[in-house]
Amino acid sequence: MKKFSAIVLFSGIFVFAIAQVKKPSQTKKPAAVKIKTSATKPATSKARGAVVYKTFCIKCHQVDGGGVQHLNPPLAEASAVVAKDKSKIIKVVLNGMTSKEEIDGEVYGNNMAPHNFLNDQQVADVLTFIRSSFGNKASAVTAAEVKKLRPAKKK
Amino acid sequence: MQKLLVAASFMLVVSGVFASGTPKEKKAHKPKADPVNAGLKLKPGFSAVAFAENVGRTRHIFVTPKGDVYAKLERPKDGKAIILLKDKNGDNKADETSGFANYGGTGITIKDGYLYASSNSDVYRYKLNSNYEVIDTNKGERIITGLVNGEQHNTKSIVLDNSGNIYVNIGAPANSCQEEDRATNSKGKDPCPLLETAGGIWQFKADKIDQTYSNGVHYASGIRNVVGLDWNTEVNDLFVMQHGRDQLDMFPAHFTAHQSVELPAEIMIRVKKGGNYGWPYCYYDPFQKKTVLAPEYGGDGKTVGRCALMDQPVAAFPAHMAPNGLLFYTGNLFPEKYKNGAFIAFHGSWNRAPEKQEGYYVVFMPFKNGRPAGDWEVFADGFAGVETVNAPRQAQHRPCGLAQGPDGSLYVSDDVKGTIYKISYKK
Ligand code: HEC
Repeated sequence: MKKFSAIVLFSGIFVFAIAQVKKPSQTKKPAAVKIKTSATKPATSKARGAVVYKTFCIKCHQVDGGGVQHLNPPLAEASAVVAKDKSKIIKVVLNGMTSKEEIDGEVYGNNMAPHNFLNDQQVADVLTFIRSSFGNKASAVTAAEVKKLRPAKKK
Repeated sequence: MQKLLVAASFMLVVSGVFASGTPKEKKAHKPKADPVNAGLKLKPGFSAVAFAENVGRTRHIFVTPKGDVYAKLERPKDGKAIILLKDKNGDNKADETSGFANYGGTGITIKDGYLYASSNSDVYRYKLNSNYEVIDTNKGERIITGLVNGEQHNTKSIVLDNSGNIYVNIGAPANSCQEEDRATNSKGKDPCPLLETAGGIWQFKADKIDQTYSNGVHYASGIRNVVGLDWNTEVNDLFVMQHGRDQLDMFPAHFTAHQSVELPAEIMIRVKKGGNYGWPYCYYDPFQKKTVLAPEYGGDGKTVGRCALMDQPVAAFPAHMAPNGLLFYTGNLFPEKYKNGAFIAFHGSWNRAPEKQEGYYVVFMPFKNGRPAGDWEVFADGFAGVETVNAPRQAQHRPCGLAQGPDGSLYVSDDVKGTIYKISYKK
């Protein structure tokens, strides 16, 4: 019990970004996700991307972008993440990834679900964030680049 | 690099190495100063040494009545995945290493003259001589084959009873049983088809060749994944530690990120034949102390529904700590309170980000007649080598397997660097 209360106290320090998803009605997936932060909206794409990362990606890819051995690949210094061709990582975020292909010589067992509930700007922001964090130094991703690769809406 | 405010708020400064709380002292009579207690933090009276180092990614271990250690490697090292370590000169350090078997895996145990070892889909056994050495390493008998070997939760843990049966965990190749694994608001399949061949414990005969699902007994169901398990000889029953589900906050209408960090409990189950422990329909909430309906099946954190019918755990531990080793202590070396109690090796969490990770230690829980007889406590800590683990790759060692030596000492394996610790006690 001591452990639990310690954790509660500890987490109290954090300002949580909470994803507000519309109540699931008939449509299984919410059309858009509002990300609420208690601070004022960060101005830069990278700063906004950090909030998206903390809300949706950090659980698997971790605070240091180092991933989890065998389960979730690191984003830090990953060749696809810093690649000039951004199309792979845009598609991974939009469509998810379950291929279990080798990533820089290792295979990762977990499944990444599609994050197509994020809008184009949110996808661009989070990719801009991961491409310029954890030691990565690659260029930004724009909403227009994401829009081009987003699969047409199925009705 | 300029740290962002948001990023900085959750990235904590990681402190330096902690050995055992005491300053490092140089021992004059030793040529190479080993860290005190091999870097572990222990209770008074206990001491530890690194019995072996750099063995490979060591999963489960078994110590023979002669004091030799069998280690099962997750993947072969130099083509060998079963390693035998001997301490010939009796200085508490392995000084002879040999190995065989080219299949990686987790399970290893000895029973009635045979060594049993698992890959991620099969179980083999090898006849032993009177010194507990494998007579012919080329003559493994494959006793079980063709088990589900998905990308997630694919390791097979094994233990035998005293009636010629072997029990195997078959982990579910998913988190829950969603239409789309780990997707936000994705519903659960009902009934969950994965339960037919996974998410439970299967029982086989210890001495029959090439058994598969059709020869096995589906012993218990609704158990997501197990790595640590043991046969409790005091009450003659199987006990397992479940790795609980992740990511309840895929259902943000009902769960916050913080609730997802603290739920559900990692549970210990006394497995009864035909038992159903609820996965994927239910999970155990340690705060409400009950099994409740999972959000994939309409749960909201409070509704119990069909979970009222599920069999209940015997003990609960904090979420996501990943119990990888379980051992009921039957030795005489440790003080009386340890007798028949449970040691649990928690491999350490990953699903608590952005909060700090938990686990990465061995705990003890006293038991009487197969029931917990007191609160659990951390028994051995310091494996990670850092004060706080914020991300799993910061941990330099992660406890995984447990075994008891003939003198009553406790062995703990580490599957990062392959250290095998031996923990002793002096009255
Ligand atoms: C449930 C865990 C999980 C979550 C949440 C998650 N990922 Fe992933 N991610 C994975 C896994 C697992 C893979 C690899 C899958 C495979 O190999 O089939 C992956 C792959 C990737 C890749 C490709 C890496 C490479 O080097 O090829 C990128 C980029 C990525 N994720 C970014 C993200 C971002 C950005 C988010 C948040 C919007 C996110 N992920 C959320 C688990 C997750």
